[in-house]
Amino acid sequence: MGFKQLIDSKKMLSLLAVLMLTGTNMVMAQAAATATEEKPGVDWLSVSYYILLFVLACIAVAVVGKILRVYDLSQKIQGKAGINWNTVMAVLFIGFLLAGLAGVYWSFTVHGNMILPGAASLHGVKIDAMFWTTTSITMVVFVLTQILLFTFVFIYKYSPKRRAYFLPHNNTIEKVWTIAPAIVLTVLVIFGFFTWQEVTNSADAKGEPASINVDITGEQFAWNLRYPGPDGLLGKKNYKLISGANKLGIDFNDKNSLDDLKADTMVIPVNKSVRLNISSKDIIHSVYMPHFRVQLNAVPGLPTFFKFTPTVTTEQMRNKLENPEFEYLVYCNKICGASHYNMQKVVRVVSEAEYAQWLAKQQPYLTPALRTELKLAEVSNNNNSTKRLALNN
Amino acid sequence: MSTLAVHDHGVGHHHEDGHGHHHKETFLTKYIFSQDHKMIGKQFLVTGIAMAFIAMILSILFRIQLAYPDKAFPLMETLLGRFAPEGRLDPEFYLSLVTIHGTIMVFFVLTAGLSGTFSNLLIPLQVGARDMASPFMNMLSYWFFFTACAIMLSSFFIQKGPAGPGWTIYPPLSALPTAMKGSGMGMTLWLISMVFFIASSLMGGINYVSTILNMRTKGMDLWKMPLTIWAFFLTAILGILSFPVLVAGVVLLIFDRSFGTSFYLSDIVVNGQIMPMEGGSPILFQHLFWFLGHPEVYIVIMPAMGISSEIMSVNSRKPIFGYHAMVYSLIGITVLSFIVWGHHMFVTGMNPFLGGVFMITTLIIAVPSAVKTFNWLATLWRGNIRFTPAMLFAIGLVSFFISGGITGIFLGNAALDINLHDTYFVVAHFHLVMGSAAIFGMLAGVYHWFPKMFGRMMDEKLGYLHFWLTFIGAYLVFFPMHFMGLDGVPRRYYAFTEFVSMQQWLSVNTFITWAAIISALAQFAFLYNFIHSIFWGKKATQNPWEANTLEWTAPVEHLHGNWPGEIPSVYRWPYDYSKPGAEEDFIMQTTPLSQTMSSNVPHDFEDNAAGLEELSKWTNTQKSNEEVK
Repeated sequence: MGFKQLIDSKKMLSLLAVLMLTGTNMVMAQAAATATEEKPGVDWLSVSYYILLFVLACIAVAVVGKILRVYDLSQKIQGKAGINWNTVMAVLFIGFLLAGLAGVYWSFTVHGNMILPGAASLHGVKIDAMFWTTTSITMVVFVLTQILLFTFVFIYKYSPKRRAYFLPHNNTIEKVWTIAPAIVLTVLVIFGFFTWQEVTNSADAKGEPASINVDITGEQFAWNLRYPGPDGLLGKKNYKLISGANKLGIDFNDKNSLDDLKADTMVIPVNKSVRLNISSKDIIHSVYMPHFRVQLNAVPGLPTFFKFTPTVTTEQMRNKLENPEFEYLVYCNKICGASHYNMQKVVRVVSEAEYAQWLAKQQPYLTPALRTELKLAEVSNNNNSTKRLALNN
Repeated sequence: MSTLAVHDHGVGHHHEDGHGHHHKETFLTKYIFSQDHKMIGKQFLVTGIAMAFIAMILSILFRIQLAYPDKAFPLMETLLGRFAPEGRLDPEFYLSLVTIHGTIMVFFVLTAGLSGTFSNLLIPLQVGARDMASPFMNMLSYWFFFTACAIMLSSFFIQKGPAGPGWTIYPPLSALPTAMKGSGMGMTLWLISMVFFIASSLMGGINYVSTILNMRTKGMDLWKMPLTIWAFFLTAILGILSFPVLVAGVVLLIFDRSFGTSFYLSDIVVNGQIMPMEGGSPILFQHLFWFLGHPEVYIVIMPAMGISSEIMSVNSRKPIFGYHAMVYSLIGITVLSFIVWGHHMFVTGMNPFLGGVFMITTLIIAVPSAVKTFNWLATLWRGNIRFTPAMLFAIGLVSFFISGGITGIFLGNAALDINLHDTYFVVAHFHLVMGSAAIFGMLAGVYHWFPKMFGRMMDEKLGYLHFWLTFIGAYLVFFPMHFMGLDGVPRRYYAFTEFVSMQQWLSVNTFITWAAIISALAQFAFLYNFIHSIFWGKKATQNPWEANTLEWTAPVEHLHGNWPGEIPSVYRWPYDYSKPGAEEDFIMQTTPLSQTMSSNVPHDFEDNAAGLEELSKWTNTQKSNEEVK
């Protein structure tokens, strides 16, 4: 269908009119609940307007195209060269480079200020250092190569008077740009390897400073927390023991489990190493605490752990960010079903004294109801002992 | 001038001496069950384009959800029914959209649509063969692919909808039919579809490799093959070696889903019910999946690299810089791509030492990638660049490859991956480096070889419009996502309103969605141009781009068998552009070196005694002529 026919088409115009008339409220009306919250003038969301806008944009493009064509033809009739599209494209490329670099700078200054604050954990600081080193190196390469690319296409645009330079290869240059990236990457590999080793090194296994053990178990769609009780040790779990009352399948044949505590919020003391014992009941979840640069999958049948030391309390971070509402959170970072997008749990970093106070208030996992369900005798006669910090495992 | 044809290496290769008279074709055998590689290539292309548009529309649907998480769109309910109750996407259907978008784009568009199209079209034409080694198997490969597409799309019409565990289908989510809606029948269809798809890829790959190895024309030794053929060859090898591993993984997954085995399952409680499976590991599936999955990203990008290398050389009117280095870097990428899969699993809890090893191999692969980038830049340097739409897309590919490739260095570093894994940083990275770049390679190929496929030219101005809107749009969509990732925003989240800290990204998300919509609309300019040009485009000449490779020696009119008479012989590499001393700025591969004595360089006669003798004679004649003067 030609452009003229399209404009003249009564069917098209009729269809457009119908869309215009029916679109605003019938086609794209917002749900009543949300409509009341909308500010006046949101009718622009109507599909018909979008279709109209699209049609107008197409017409505008077609008109510009026709004008260019007419201009081109008239130039040719006058014996002139007409539009040199090679020049147009070259200019567009150099314009894109300049606008792009400005855009990158703008994005770094605006969006760059919206990214996570500095790490709130010991190992996170090392990861941040690694990140900024990598960023510095790669940004130089990024900017230089993009400049070279678009400058070359601008400078060496087609000219019938010129012939390209025959340069099939140059071994020296090729060696240079093979070896140079290799050296840079070697530096990054070594830096990264040692950082990775420090992060994943199991200090507990080597008898180094003890951790506070916190058990975190993922399930659709919640995180369950368990803390060791006065003995400082977490009892064993067995998924076969999971029941309505024993949600985590705690094995109460293991005496260490008798005083374990359950918690709604992950409270951890500042500057103490924390060992997260991670597991899942059903599918793969991922414990993600971006402020601490902590992430590890929760895999059913494969208990994992991540050890870290928080260095900034929630209160300090609130002051730093000037946001009194701020909370550290643990997200689920692995696709896990309908409510995956809202599987969150608050993490609160407090002083050691506050942690002790908080821990003392936590309820034991072994509730009277569970005791009855499991038909457990009064196992411990020492339940009146003072709860203490779980600083060893 | 002597007319002696100086033959280089490659004597003794298979040289079919038929005359292109294949079986008589009916409508059915010409257009539907065709065994002609050119038609099969076009079938792959058309199906790939159709699938790309479907995947694009799916992405627009979930982008609208991300831009307006609190709004209801009654039209969505009209269109999607139970998948969008009250005009809002169902959260599980959102995951299905993401899953099917990823699956279609990675496998059906960027693997089959890209590699299937251009390997089929170009391998016989560029190596000088009448068809693929096994045309029947080639035809089957398309129909298996088509069946795979049909099965995948059919999952939209079943009760619980398509698969939803993400395109990586990690068990147990994919292994437990009750885990979510998208783990049910939709997941089964996904698996069946993939088995068909892999069978298709293997049949295609075996054909490509055997054709390249056995059916090259006289003179076409390995070092005279265009980079496209090198890329298709190595891609096919990657596919042949890696896809069977995924088949194994998929079959075991089907067993776990349907027959009570527990290869990937252990210690599971679903909805309070203790499952009997024990002893398996979901991580095993990830190892198997990524053993394919990482080579897969190179299966996607390498053909695009080959295509853009070819197009850049043709349109810069320069030899591709460092041809050998380009080939070696492709080989390097091929080999290394098999030993980097673990970088997808840094945070799964696998042995940290293993993580360290995978980090080293992953970062090493950046070296051949860097070599390729610098060689492209050197190819453009002092060129005489013609901005055909194909060339624009090839330049766009280089830009995307730089931008997306660089962020791979972050993700390949295990320590940094702890914080970036599964965030929008990853989405930005792979959409630039293997999404946008590979799509640009594919589009470059379509614009460049359209005259070869359909005997007509595409409209250049529409091509320019298509390029600029897509190029700018892709950057506007994916660049801001890096920062979202650096803020710890996880991918595959249905709404950004549930976390206070993520609400700051709402306006950015709206912006990204609109950029995506504009880019998507630009694809309709391409679609219009593509369809319109097939029927009404300007008729193409035999060699419209003045390129050197063999396909441009074949007649415009399609012939099953490609060349009407003898298959042309090859005497030189494919990148003799702007050679000093040559009359024109291109010399076809079929032009004997003896016809271009004034432009030959000693390198042309390497390991060729007859050629060197010819050169010596010619040089002496020149000298004596000068003395006479």
